[in-house]
Amino acid sequence: MSELDELKRILPMVGAEPSILDDARTAHVVARGHRILSRRMVPGLRLDAEETPDAIVGKLTVDAGAQIDRPIHMCFGLAHPTGTQQIRIDVEVREGARARVLSHCLFPFAEEAEHRMQAVVTIGPGASLTYTEGHYHGPHGGVRVLPHATITIGKRARYFSDFSLLSGLVGKLDIDYLVEVEEEGLAELSAKIFAHGTDHIVLKEAVMLRGERSRGLIKTRVVLEDRAQAEITGITEAYAKGARGHVDCLEIVQGQAHASAIPIVKVFHPEAKVTHEAAIGSVDRKELETLMARGLDPEQAVEMIVSGILR
Amino acid sequence: MDHRGGPVACTIRAALTGIGCSTIEASWRMTMSAPLLDIRNLTLEVDRRAILDRLDLAVQAGEIHALLGANGSGKTTLACVLMGCEGYVPGAGCVRFNGVELLPLKMHERARLGLTLAWQEPARFEGVTVREYLALGRPDYDAGPALRQVGLAPERYLERQVDRALSGGERHRIELASVLSMKPRLAILDEPVAGIDMLSIKHIIGVIRTLKADGGSVLLITHQEEVALVADRASQLCAGRIIFSGGPREAVDHFRGRACVRCDGEVCNHVRA
Repeated sequence: MSELDELKRILPMVGAEPSILDDARTAHVVARGHRILSRRMVPGLRLDAEETPDAIVGKLTVDAGAQIDRPIHMCFGLAHPTGTQQIRIDVEVREGARARVLSHCLFPFAEEAEHRMQAVVTIGPGASLTYTEGHYHGPHGGVRVLPHATITIGKRARYFSDFSLLSGLVGKLDIDYLVEVEEEGLAELSAKIFAHGTDHIVLKEAVMLRGERSRGLIKTRVVLEDRAQAEITGITEAYAKGARGHVDCLEIVQGQAHASAIPIVKVFHPEAKVTHEAAIGSVDRKELETLMARGLDPEQAVEMIVSGILR
Repeated sequence: MDHRGGPVACTIRAALTGIGCSTIEASWRMTMSAPLLDIRNLTLEVDRRAILDRLDLAVQAGEIHALLGANGSGKTTLACVLMGCEGYVPGAGCVRFNGVELLPLKMHERARLGLTLAWQEPARFEGVTVREYLALGRPDYDAGPALRQVGLAPERYLERQVDRALSGGERHRIELASVLSMKPRLAILDEPVAGIDMLSIKHIIGVIRTLKADGGSVLLITHQEEVALVADRASQLCAGRIIFSGGPREAVDHFRGRACVRCDGEVCNHVRA
């Protein structure tokens, strides 16, 4: 079985249909390690990429005004128990363009591996980018996943990101996103993580509201069990008139897991406002009792509450 | 999850241990006329203060029983003790539900006997849709009728989340729809019209009547006269003890008439007034 066929076989694990890779109307990039196995572009979308021994280096451009209706699928990962994958990519969504990227990160067999992503994302004036990243990991948990990105959101541009890691053992996950938002721009960052075993989660997201009436939301949902640990830092700084930001972090801790949540909010303009809420603890007692009063046992009730939070 | 008409859960009953019930066990012969809910001498103290004070109360099968009382008289505490909420463990007394000793049971075991509680302030569930909340794991359950019963259009609500985006009144109605969908033997409704607009109270009264028409019973905690008068019987609670039981009209008049003779005045508003 070729590496591409193998990847198609496991794509459903992240909720993606393998047939997307055969669809001429849907753009995709598939990389295993430092090799690009498959790529397809559509009008308005360009990829310049180079395979090097230690990285894939590339630039993805959405042309000005282009409206890419179908999601762009990016499949990354490793096919073997050990190895390294490093992606260095610039993404430019030019003025007035709109695109949606679905990134599938697949490490079903990884035991001692590293996936490193360094991205510079620029969203031009009035443009919009929705970035959804889903991870699938196997039962071994020996992967170091290090996605780091700097995102600049132009005037009246919009950026939505949704990161999810809901199955398997990851090992070490270290996310570091820095988002700069210009006038009337909007950034919404959402992350949902279910950590097990000895998973170690470090999530740092920072939104800098530089422009007037810029807006930012950081929403994080983390559920930890076994001996997993998480350090969640949500930073929002507002520098201009009318800027509005909010940091919302909820962590549910079970077993011997432990967690910290650090919301940092700073305001540098009298007409800006940033709020935050953070909660760490066990499953909410009232929610639990409500479901038990309908006949669910404690395990069933916790499962329903947790799956809702991570949806 | 229909709890009506089934046999008493003998296996659960046999496994139970008593909590202060031995002295009154002889009076609890299971007969056709035994109450569905029989509470004897129930006492709960917090910091040496009796929140429930040797409380006796019986609710018959098929009965809507209103529970009246001033704020702080112990109504919600009684509801929480009956349902088995954390921290509500009585120091004395005994409760039988459909012949089964209730107090040693865990909350979900009580629910599986057909007892449920709709809280005055219902919980919110992020990410859980109304459809999922009402179905509770039953994949083929049609939640539409229960929603219509509480005056909510299924097409507008089934896919909404049971979260903070719902108004208090909407959340309350969904809670009652959840109770309806469970078809309980006894539903404890704690202030079921709190936050409900005047025009919609008729839907809630309809729910209460439906629970009875379907063969269930209701212990109805309310401050609303219009709602209390739906009951077959009513009791007045004061400082943790039942001080009056009778018809709903009589109970309402008794409550309004400030006729309490045992209250120390710290709790019972009508005496203080």
